[in-house]
Amino acid sequence: MITLAVEGGPVAVPRDATTTHPSGDNRFKLLDRAINTHHASGSALIEVMHAAQGIFGYLEDDLLIYIARALKRPLSQVYGVATFYNFFRLKPAGRHTFVLCTGTACYVKGADRIQRAIEHRCGVAFGETTPDGAVSLVAARCVGSCGLAPVAVLDETVAARLTEDEAVARIDAWDAATEGVGA
Amino acid sequence: MTVEELHELADRERERQAGVRHRVLYCSAAGCVSCGSHATRDAFKAAFTRRGLTESEVVGTGCMGLCGQGPLVKIHDDGVLYERVDAGLAHRIVDEHLVEGRPVAEHQLDAASPFFASQVKIVLENCGRIDATRIEEYIAVGGYEALARAVAELKPQEVVEEVRKSGLRGRGGAGYPTGLKWDIARKAPAEQKYVICNADEGDPGAFMDRSVLEGDPHRVLEGMAIAGYAIGASQGYIYVRAEYPLAIERLKLAIRQAERHGVLGSRIFESGFHFRIDLRIGAGAFVCGEETALIRSIQGRRGRPQPRPPYPSERGLFGAPTVINNVETLANIAPILRHGSAWFAALGTPRSPGTKVFALAGKIRRTGLIEVPMGIPLRRIIFEIGGGTPEGTEFKAAQTGGPSGGCIPAEHLDLPVDYEALATVGSIMGSGGLIVMDSTSNMVDVARFFMEFSRDESCGKCAPCRVGTVHMHDLLRKIARGRATADDVALLEELCETVKETSLCGLGQSAPNPVLSTLRFFRAEYDALLGPVEVFTPSNPLARGRGPGGS
Repeated sequence: MITLAVEGGPVAVPRDATTTHPSGDNRFKLLDRAINTHHASGSALIEVMHAAQGIFGYLEDDLLIYIARALKRPLSQVYGVATFYNFFRLKPAGRHTFVLCTGTACYVKGADRIQRAIEHRCGVAFGETTPDGAVSLVAARCVGSCGLAPVAVLDETVAARLTEDEAVARIDAWDAATEGVGA
Repeated sequence: MTVEELHELADRERERQAGVRHRVLYCSAAGCVSCGSHATRDAFKAAFTRRGLTESEVVGTGCMGLCGQGPLVKIHDDGVLYERVDAGLAHRIVDEHLVEGRPVAEHQLDAASPFFASQVKIVLENCGRIDATRIEEYIAVGGYEALARAVAELKPQEVVEEVRKSGLRGRGGAGYPTGLKWDIARKAPAEQKYVICNADEGDPGAFMDRSVLEGDPHRVLEGMAIAGYAIGASQGYIYVRAEYPLAIERLKLAIRQAERHGVLGSRIFESGFHFRIDLRIGAGAFVCGEETALIRSIQGRRGRPQPRPPYPSERGLFGAPTVINNVETLANIAPILRHGSAWFAALGTPRSPGTKVFALAGKIRRTGLIEVPMGIPLRRIIFEIGGGTPEGTEFKAAQTGGPSGGCIPAEHLDLPVDYEALATVGSIMGSGGLIVMDSTSNMVDVARFFMEFSRDESCGKCAPCRVGTVHMHDLLRKIARGRATADDVALLEELCETVKETSLCGLGQSAPNPVLSTLRFFRAEYDALLGPVEVFTPSNPLARGRGPGGS
């Protein structure tokens, strides 16, 4: 047995407990459950990462190490998968997310103009988060609502037939509601 | 469940529906939900309560097709279809149409208009007709009958033979005969085999598969189970994009219902056939639409393609024989078994039987989801069904096949839509995205747009695709900015051929298509952007003040 210094005094942890996290963070229990539903199988790596991102919001290094050990996969492979797929985030997302569809229908209807207007407004490029952590700009491949192009998804609500001015106004509204967005 | 129990369940549901006074169907697919169809639903419910119309129901269905005019509502009693139904209109419809019997004419859609009348619905027959969240409604319209018949009356090779005779070809874009694929997997000797449904609809501008999964998920499950029976597989996977949360939710629910009713799981229809289906959620990589990359992804690896052969039907998932079919392909299976292969083969053209679902979008009046018989000329799709380009603009090109396809100009619009005809003009059928471009589109930039996509989505395994897409994109950007010469275009063409010929998988092999087709039909637009060829001479060491390749 080893002992760990955590909040509330030392806690005894069995030496073979490879799937509990020393931080005592309860969210790891949820992750353990997800790992167990897949019988800690290495082929479930992507499923487990989806679960982890759902629980923690993004995949930080510590979390990737934890997953690699639990599934008995080399860290290089876990990191490789995390960086290969667009859906996985290695950095925390902003408080608000502006997902702009950059699919063909939206492109034909002027999504590139909206993109430039928003990047100018926020002072960061798509794929990044404003330095104050207020807004993440995400470029989606296609959200599949081509009939409503150009489309953006703002914090889970779909904005159809968006214009540049409207898009900037939406960011301004977030700005007014909180403490500041971007530059 | 036995076959008798299936029929009983169908009868019970039909009786229940017959007992409902007013049945209002609203579109609960992503497009209409974005336009506020949930508020419409709530308004109908409130109006029913207000008018005391008990025994009436509001039912969420799959895509009704005309996505640009949502939210769409259909009155099941008499088949009247309404567009742009907000909460206020919902109350008016209940008051005037349902209670007083006078349909609200100004919001009514004409079912005889070309948008509806030119379509033939097989894959989408239940979309907009049934509640996708209730297996009973699918069974009431004949669902799972085909599976029951296959398991009880047909031998696996008879099922394969029926699919082969129908002439069904893969709807993911390549058009490989489905029956042949199944036959190879059936004959492969192995204890364990798999069926995979490819629902990784990655082409930007395509939402056919999503609409089927959201609007009629049981049809796909039934097709998979029949495929499993035919090839001798007991496990299926659906590989679906993470970007489609509603489709994932509906599939999870449908699998649970199917297992509870015994149409999936052990001893299906009291036979010795077992079949389970699990979901695998993609994580945003276009290359995973390629079957060997998809298999790698299901195994928890990076989605990098493998050289073929061996084809997955011989050695696929976990090394076992695997049939991978696209959503739309699998959605055709149950109708083929229900109506017979001869019925299906008579639809469309001899080389490409059946129908094709297209997602119609871009600069077109009526955007949405359509299903047309194969062989229909593009002109009819765009001008009759789609209503042509918006007023004041002129049609320029139709883009099919997304980043793997090409742009078809006006002079080829009489081309019939089938696999071979589209290939003759340098495009492909693709999965069904059809984007219309008008005179405002700059074709060089269109080619650059698609090349940027292919460059970003190249997995990096083979050099022609990894390096070639970067260089082709740089050249296209240079041309678009007016800094290129005829030499650059010649180099671009050479690169296109090299990447096409030498890439490992379909992504690289087809990435040059948008460039080649725009060069072929819109060369003048490229030429207009070119400057004179600058010769580097000792007296002119820095022509125009820029080094070579400056952009």
